[in-house]
Amino acid sequence: MRKAVILVAFLFVGAFLLLAATSMRPFGEPTFAGMDDHFIAETQAEVGANNAVTAVVFDYRGFDTLGEATVLFAAVVGVLALFRRLREDEA
Amino acid sequence: MNIGNLPFVVAALLVVFGIYTFLFKRNLVKLVIGVSLVETGVNLFLVTLGYRTGGIAPIYTFAPQAQRMVLPTPQALTLTSIVIGLATTALLLSFAVFIHRHYGTLDVRKVKELQG
Amino acid sequence: MNSGMSIIVRTITRLVYGLAIVFGFYVIMHGHLTPGGGFQGGAVVASAFALLLVAFGAAGVKGKLNAHLLQSLEEIGALAFLALGFVGIGTAFFYNLLANSGSLFGGPVLPLGSNPGVFNAGGTLPLMNWAVGLKVMTGIAAIVIVMLIGARKEETE
Repeated sequence: MRKAVILVAFLFVGAFLLLAATSMRPFGEPTFAGMDDHFIAETQAEVGANNAVTAVVFDYRGFDTLGEATVLFAAVVGVLALFRRLREDEA
Repeated sequence: MNIGNLPFVVAALLVVFGIYTFLFKRNLVKLVIGVSLVETGVNLFLVTLGYRTGGIAPIYTFAPQAQRMVLPTPQALTLTSIVIGLATTALLLSFAVFIHRHYGTLDVRKVKELQG
Repeated sequence: MNSGMSIIVRTITRLVYGLAIVFGFYVIMHGHLTPGGGFQGGAVVASAFALLLVAFGAAGVKGKLNAHLLQSLEEIGALAFLALGFVGIGTAFFYNLLANSGSLFGGPVLPLGSNPGVFNAGGTLPLMNWAVGLKVMTGIAAIVIVMLIGARKEETE
């Protein structure tokens, strides 16, 4: 009985996702590209780098990269703390 | 239904396969594989949002003259998302090792007791 | 079980892992000119380290590498990235103070349009690439080593 409910819910979610994917805007024409046009045109003058993606990651949106560095730090600390407890369990 | 929409349909199919895997499988490692599949589908969807027809990579080193460039912002967001997926998978696998050590089995239906 | 893989794999690993580390450093260093940067290059170097671990087993690298030293290096990388954000605090947080300024990485003004890249440009971008590359390298290496040694110890009971 429970398995039938889960199966119906999964079919509903799957059908919804596929229907949404087939009725999206045409592939290859972004709707709002004003900000990215400014980034592409002004990267070499303002930042001085040839790579627009690196300029976006570290200069125009550097605050998001700070959040990502924090997540990576938290993951490393979490894994090391968990395995320290395992080593103390058997010693 | 446009035949050019195929990249969006593939990304949605990856997400659907991932949801099926972590709903209907019993092994704990297969659950982690299902979560990783969902994250891969989302990253693919983010990258295909920023494509312009006939565009080249947004890099000026040795670029051919006067061509359209694809949008750089979705690629930057995908970088962040990949690293966060790595952090999630590492912690999930550490918990799987911990559970196997404590219970002796990796079956999800047998690890239900909340005792110490 | 702890001795790794066969002798063919170990010989080829000894020949190849230096090349992989140098290639990873190249990807980190030229992040502002070619595709790449801190995260991508850090992943390449970490995969070279994982190749070492798989080929030689846990017993082969246990005496040589310390997980706590790697974690300290990762903390230094994170603090360096945060300090580079405070360099231009007079105008804004994460302001690119060294770009087009004539000092450390703000050398000649870049010619607009398509050009073969100039290394001495980009402001704080190459320094941030190094900080993030160090962080990702040592972070992933610490995770992989701790999980391998922690999981192996339960099998030898």
